[in-house]
Amino acid sequence: MQPEQLKYNPSHEWVGVTESGGEKIAVIGITDFALEQLTDLVYMALPKVGTKVTAGTEFGEVESVKAVSPLYSPVDGEVVEVHDGLADQLEQLAADPFGDGWMIKVKLADDAKLDGLLDYAAYKQQCANS
Amino acid sequence: MRNTQATQLLFELAKPGRRANMLPPSDVPTTPTEKLYPSGALRHEPLELPELSEGDVARHFTNLSSLNMSVDTHFYPLGSCTMKYNPKRNERLANLPGIVDLHPLQPDESAQGMLELLYELQSYFAEISGLPAVSLQPAAGAHGELTALMAAAAYFRDLGQTRTKVLIPDSAHGTNPASASMVGFQSITIRSRADGSVDMDDLRSKVDEQTAVFMITNPSTLGLFEKQIDQIAERIHSVGGLIYLDGANMNAILGIARPGDFGADMMHYNPHKTFSGPHGGGGPGAGPICVRDFLEPYLPVPRVTKVGEAYRMDADYPKAIGRVHGFHGNIGVLVRTYCYIRAYGGKGLRNVSEQAVLNANYMLARIRPLLPVPLGERCMHEFVASASKLKKERGITAMDIAKRLLDYGFHAPTVYFPLTVPEAMMMEPTETESKETLDAFVDALEQILSEDADTLHAAPTSTPISRPDEVRAARKPVMRWTATP
Repeated sequence: MQPEQLKYNPSHEWVGVTESGGEKIAVIGITDFALEQLTDLVYMALPKVGTKVTAGTEFGEVESVKAVSPLYSPVDGEVVEVHDGLADQLEQLAADPFGDGWMIKVKLADDAKLDGLLDYAAYKQQCANS
Repeated sequence: MRNTQATQLLFELAKPGRRANMLPPSDVPTTPTEKLYPSGALRHEPLELPELSEGDVARHFTNLSSLNMSVDTHFYPLGSCTMKYNPKRNERLANLPGIVDLHPLQPDESAQGMLELLYELQSYFAEISGLPAVSLQPAAGAHGELTALMAAAAYFRDLGQTRTKVLIPDSAHGTNPASASMVGFQSITIRSRADGSVDMDDLRSKVDEQTAVFMITNPSTLGLFEKQIDQIAERIHSVGGLIYLDGANMNAILGIARPGDFGADMMHYNPHKTFSGPHGGGGPGAGPICVRDFLEPYLPVPRVTKVGEAYRMDADYPKAIGRVHGFHGNIGVLVRTYCYIRAYGGKGLRNVSEQAVLNANYMLARIRPLLPVPLGERCMHEFVASASKLKKERGITAMDIAKRLLDYGFHAPTVYFPLTVPEAMMMEPTETESKETLDAFVDALEQILSEDADTLHAAPTSTPISRPDEVRAARKPVMRWTATP
């Protein structure tokens, strides 16, 4: 995924929406900035397929040597795929957070909105100000 | 070259046949263990314990102890932990034979002095908190959280209500959501605003009839008093929920503000932080809790009561959640707490908090020109500086500064907590430090910030171990020692 085309949570999760079989599927991960702030991850917990997620609530957590941080869903929907094996290869996440490091895919709820999310420029601005 | 013999592992120092004791021959008849236990219950190989002389063991532990930093050897401004100096007087009193030689199974009639002490301590805790009912049973602060939340769950069950949610601000200690989950509640994070206070809009949107408890640390881990606490309490109480106060930061408000007066329905104390209980060492600790009168029926048993002039341990409370600890709780810590409170008295405790807050504000005022303190010009008992700007400009992190402080003979502040401040350095000087010590610490910090980045990346250089590989230790922990093949 190209970072410029994604939307962002202020809490550093990215989301990219694709069409698949007439359904809108959101791919979700965390940003390079978040990874840099967290430093090396040592643990990650992701939801199971079928879990309902809502925007702004936790769908999982990551742990670094510094801290445990919740992962907040940017969208409403249902988890249809979880990145198998990512938790055992956290280096992969660090190496390519916007590609190989994707975490979950969510089938968007019918009325799901992406309005509250930041675009690339606004997210970059937020990172620069923090 | 450093002589590391005495700090090798005991397994490495061991030699077969070496002994620390010589037992005389047995002068009573013996029975082989094979005759006493079935063969399946017996170990067939001897336990692989290290064989050592007494001198080996004494040197090993004495030398290890000297490699560590402690409140008795160094200034220890570890934020959120209230590392005050603990008077040796409390140790002496807690070790009096009449206290340490008591047996937990002794009948109440022969332990009246201890029961009186515990009974009085309950009343002190009630007075300081403004919450009348007390349990001394929990063995740690987090255990206090768990116990109080279990009591709250029992209370709601008794009312016939099903409540599922516990709301917790994002700056809370990690134990809060853990305790809520242990009791079966769903823990829901409430966001903080940029100034560190609870985001009331976020709170309002998440409070409903399912809300059982709102857990708040006040003063917070940012060293700020939550000024909206009355509005928060009103909102939570309006839906029938309860307020839990994490009492970790009571050292800032003793004798000044009482949680029961500002809306809390339940709370715990951390005697090791506030009342000079021993820190660390793996326990035993204590996390006594105080609750409102309507929650008293659900507190654990046994409780210390007074009937006429006699004190006794009483377990006859049908609505109690049961036992959470054996016997009387961890009395050793409670005795030290009692001594501390009695030594200071009401005015003295207020003075403790005033000095703790004054010391923190003095240090804050001196550190602000060196490191940004994002959340204000004033604080309670602690404050959070940020190395964020340094990291951007010079590649120096909070961890680098923390590690370098060790070389200067100071324990580091808490780093990377709370999570809401990037590159956080959380400092809490406590009331027991002199102005000279605070000045020496800030001078060292100033000196460190003038050093080049490479020096800081390499720190510490004066400790036996410089920087352990924390990532590898967490990803591939080695939990068991084995001889090098």
